[in-house]
Amino acid sequence: MTILNSSNEIKKEGDDLINHHEDFRIFGLIIFLIADGMTFAGFFAAYLTYKAVNPLPEGSVYELELAIPTLNTFLLLISSATFHKAGKALFNKKNVVSQKWLLITALLGIIFLVCQLFEYFNLPFGLTDNLFASTFYALTGFHGLHVTLGTLMILIISWQTRINGGRITYKNMFPLEAVELYWHFVDGIWVILFIILYLY
Amino acid sequence: MTILIDKQAKVKESFQPKGFLRYFSFSLDHKVIGIQYLVCGFLFYLVGGTLASAIRIELISPLSDFLPRDVYNQILTLHGTIMIFLWIVPVVNGAFGNYLIPFYVGARDMAFPRLNAVAFWLIPPSGLMLIASYFIEGASQSGWTAYPPLSITTPQSGQIIWILSVLLLGGSSIFGGINFIVTILKLRRPGLKLMNLPMYCWAMLGTSILVVLSTPVLAGTLILLSFDIVAHTGFFNPALGGNVVVYQHLFWFYSHPAVYIMVLPAFGLVSEILPIHCRKPLFGYTTMVFSIMGIVILGLVVWAHHMFTSGTPPWMRLFFTIATAFIAVPTGIKFFNWVATMWGGKISLNSAMLFSCGFIINFVFGGITGVALAQVPFDIHVHDTYFVVAHFHYIVYGGSVFVIFSSIYHWYPKVVGKLLNETLGYLHFALTFIGFNLCFAPQHWLGLNGMPRRVAEYDPQFQFVNQISSLGALFMAISTIPFLINVFISIKKGKIAGNNPWNGLTPEWLTTSPPPVENWEGEAPLVNEPYGYGKDYHS
Repeated sequence: MTILNSSNEIKKEGDDLINHHEDFRIFGLIIFLIADGMTFAGFFAAYLTYKAVNPLPEGSVYELELAIPTLNTFLLLISSATFHKAGKALFNKKNVVSQKWLLITALLGIIFLVCQLFEYFNLPFGLTDNLFASTFYALTGFHGLHVTLGTLMILIISWQTRINGGRITYKNMFPLEAVELYWHFVDGIWVILFIILYLY
Repeated sequence: MTILIDKQAKVKESFQPKGFLRYFSFSLDHKVIGIQYLVCGFLFYLVGGTLASAIRIELISPLSDFLPRDVYNQILTLHGTIMIFLWIVPVVNGAFGNYLIPFYVGARDMAFPRLNAVAFWLIPPSGLMLIASYFIEGASQSGWTAYPPLSITTPQSGQIIWILSVLLLGGSSIFGGINFIVTILKLRRPGLKLMNLPMYCWAMLGTSILVVLSTPVLAGTLILLSFDIVAHTGFFNPALGGNVVVYQHLFWFYSHPAVYIMVLPAFGLVSEILPIHCRKPLFGYTTMVFSIMGIVILGLVVWAHHMFTSGTPPWMRLFFTIATAFIAVPTGIKFFNWVATMWGGKISLNSAMLFSCGFIINFVFGGITGVALAQVPFDIHVHDTYFVVAHFHYIVYGGSVFVIFSSIYHWYPKVVGKLLNETLGYLHFALTFIGFNLCFAPQHWLGLNGMPRRVAEYDPQFQFVNQISSLGALFMAISTIPFLINVFISIKKGKIAGNNPWNGLTPEWLTTSPPPVENWEGEAPLVNEPYGYGKDYHS
């Protein structure tokens, strides 16, 4: 095949392209996250519109308990930091440390989900009780789905950072970076959700 | 470039059966995927066209005698959904985008070939699912807009299948969009500047931005709608305290940009075809780029002009009227650029060029009625009448579909290596153009006189005009025959095209016909002046 013939010039360009290779996978992920964020934006817009124009019937307005969601907010913020630690450790070729931080992050994610379920079971309303209840469950549920997926991905990459035969090393940071980016995104969405749904 | 090219070419070949079979495989080659999109889309176009014929046969007489009313509603819904989500969107974006964009940016393939193949293979199952829903409990009856509460109260299984297949198609569209954005921005051949790209790249970049920003909102909305149907929540159900107007806002936040998703790539394709057949540079390249981006930005903030009769508050009506009227400016710039490109050129009136001219004529007509519809007083008068039907068929059929045919005549020699028969091409164009205008021009009159859309029966005074319209539809149906004969016969018996039958300067013409798997033997050519025609002619 003629494409295998290479002049020096082509080789140089090739190096540029290869250096960009990692870069455009992350770039693609960023675009995907923007798209995902637009789904949430649609939900938020619907929720805020309902709040403005669809008053709930008498006696169906609830005060939301703030303790658990506040705890959850802190859990997710801390987990973002621990994930960052994991990335840094891997960059410094300390796979074991990185794996430890990843597992802590996953644990925080699991605690978040358990707290969320606990909150669900103790709420005075169900999915179909009224418009607010439906939007509440749709928003937190859709976010919870993202956290679940993220936690699963963290568990997978923590398995792959193992020393013997792990696919992820300081040379191949992409999977970890991608999941990290996704995790920060999910955290960011939660902060917005917390402000809009619980505080506002 | 060697290592990456080597890798991409190897991956491509390892996944690809040889010969005709590769079009049925999970091929990673962007050219194969492009053809898969085109052929798959065309098959769905034939289905959607058959449904349209059924609608027009029903409307020959004022009573619903050919189809029962509920079947009429199902056919109407399937027709709209198939034509939009399975024919125009996948073909103008997926088919031509996949085939041409890697050539235009000087790459061996798209940025994410696997994602690309996944995006295509989501389409056939969801399309089949949609059609199959007709045979279960009846297809969705609520139109392609699926407005609640109608979509909540009609038979559920059809509606749920409709939602599922539109979600899959939306996913396919988003994957495609991500791929195009990354390919155009990051995979450009070294030395190729953004402002030297062929115009179709800009159109696809703008379209993909719209896809990525607006399609997810539709997905979220349809998820909420399916909750309403399955779990009996009340998001959009007024009986349970919900709000139907919220659905309309969210739906049109996608579905107005969807119009640009269907027509912007067509603008790009026409901008490729006109300069080659007129032997002149594309007029006003920079203004064209800015008007595409202007349409992208404005296209995101005009959605509520579909909702002037939905109790929209006056300030909102004012805002959306003005924003919509503004879109006429960049669109007008493009229109005049095309006319100026043709002005004084050495025009060869072949089939590709005829369809492009047909596009320009039809599109300016649809554009004018569009500006009229943006005005609240007029819109309220003709809302949900055949005037609207006529308007958007002038945009999506007279606009996008004419460009699809034009592009098939233009790029067929590149893909197959043979020229299409021009006589059959003229016949195809004449039948399509006459049939289309005969079918849809009278519908403006019907709408102005108050014939509502989406109803199987109508006032007998409209019968004669409806029969003219149905005659036009017959012409359009017949027009497909010379086209299909042409495409099939030319594969074997067409004149050998050579590598560059139109003397084009854009990169896809600088390789063999059909192109090799890796697109070019050796290095990709650097084309800094894709429209440098007629230089010697003027100097």
